[in-house]
Amino acid sequence: MLGLEFPPINEVIRWQEVFPTFNKIGLIAVAAAVIASLVFILASRYDSTRAPKGVRNLAEIIIDFIEDNIVMQTMGRDGMGWTPFLTSLFVFIYLCNVPGIIPIIQMPATARMAIPLFLALVAWVIYNAVGIKHQGLFHYFKGIMFPPGVPKPIYLLLTPIELVSTIVVRPFSLAIRLFANMLAGHMLLVTFALLTKELVQGGNAALIPVGILPFFMLVFLTAFEVLVAFLQAYIFTILTAVYIGGAMHPEH
Amino acid sequence: MEAFAHFVAELSAGEQKAAQAAIGAGFAYGLAAIGPGIGIGYVVGKAIEAMARQPEAAGMVRTTMFLGIAFTEALALIGFVVFILLGL
Repeated sequence: MLGLEFPPINEVIRWQEVFPTFNKIGLIAVAAAVIASLVFILASRYDSTRAPKGVRNLAEIIIDFIEDNIVMQTMGRDGMGWTPFLTSLFVFIYLCNVPGIIPIIQMPATARMAIPLFLALVAWVIYNAVGIKHQGLFHYFKGIMFPPGVPKPIYLLLTPIELVSTIVVRPFSLAIRLFANMLAGHMLLVTFALLTKELVQGGNAALIPVGILPFFMLVFLTAFEVLVAFLQAYIFTILTAVYIGGAMHPEH
Repeated sequence: MEAFAHFVAELSAGEQKAAQAAIGAGFAYGLAAIGPGIGIGYVVGKAIEAMARQPEAAGMVRTTMFLGIAFTEALALIGFVVFILLGL
């Protein structure tokens, strides 16, 4: 009565189970892992004395991008050992995001909290472990809680804030940033698709031309989602790199 | 407005609660979007200024800009998550 019928959120993001305990989100995640592994395994098989072509080119572009734009910008030369981890993180997240705009599938696997939260926990464990390994337990926590160059009375306020923001807020903001961005994009696409359908098939002939407007919006948003899928994978990876780099080289 | 009040009075207690939750969710997201909106605009504006002044530093500025956007945007996204949670 008051506007169009919007399906409950659980219907929008819950898919039928392919078979029990394995739904299409799981299918997308597994497919992403398999495709990424296949591309890089095939690429590694090329003879490195000849000019690269095909899959090898693709893999080299991805690794160059990670090295130049993520590792070198945030960790410097001694962070190069993290390139394989960051590459797999980036490619996996990107391949989980991109089904959000592929017709028929139309669901980003990262729009469910499980995958972003798990990836964020992996990043959390790794940057804390790196910090403890490089600086020692005492110095790592001292670096977090008592950042240098601050007047003494300020520590009373700063220490709890820094501790909570590094240990608790960081993994959650990593997970929520990816999850909420992908879910928001998905909900926008659902909204405009529903609006188009309602206006065109609603039975009111005068409203059919108006239905073109949400349809153009839908097309535009799909193009926008192409950008968002890439950008969110990039941001997740670069933030992980920043956290690992910060744990490796403390501020003096 | 009077018609709306009349409409609300006819709803059952459960429906009224759902309606209030929906109104609260709308405000939660709308208010959460103001600050980050200003913040992201400021970050991107300053980044463009820096890139225009020093085009050779564009790559570094762009990376830092995305980092700044990511941190600023988190607040709006928490508002969006609250919006979803309230709306359920």
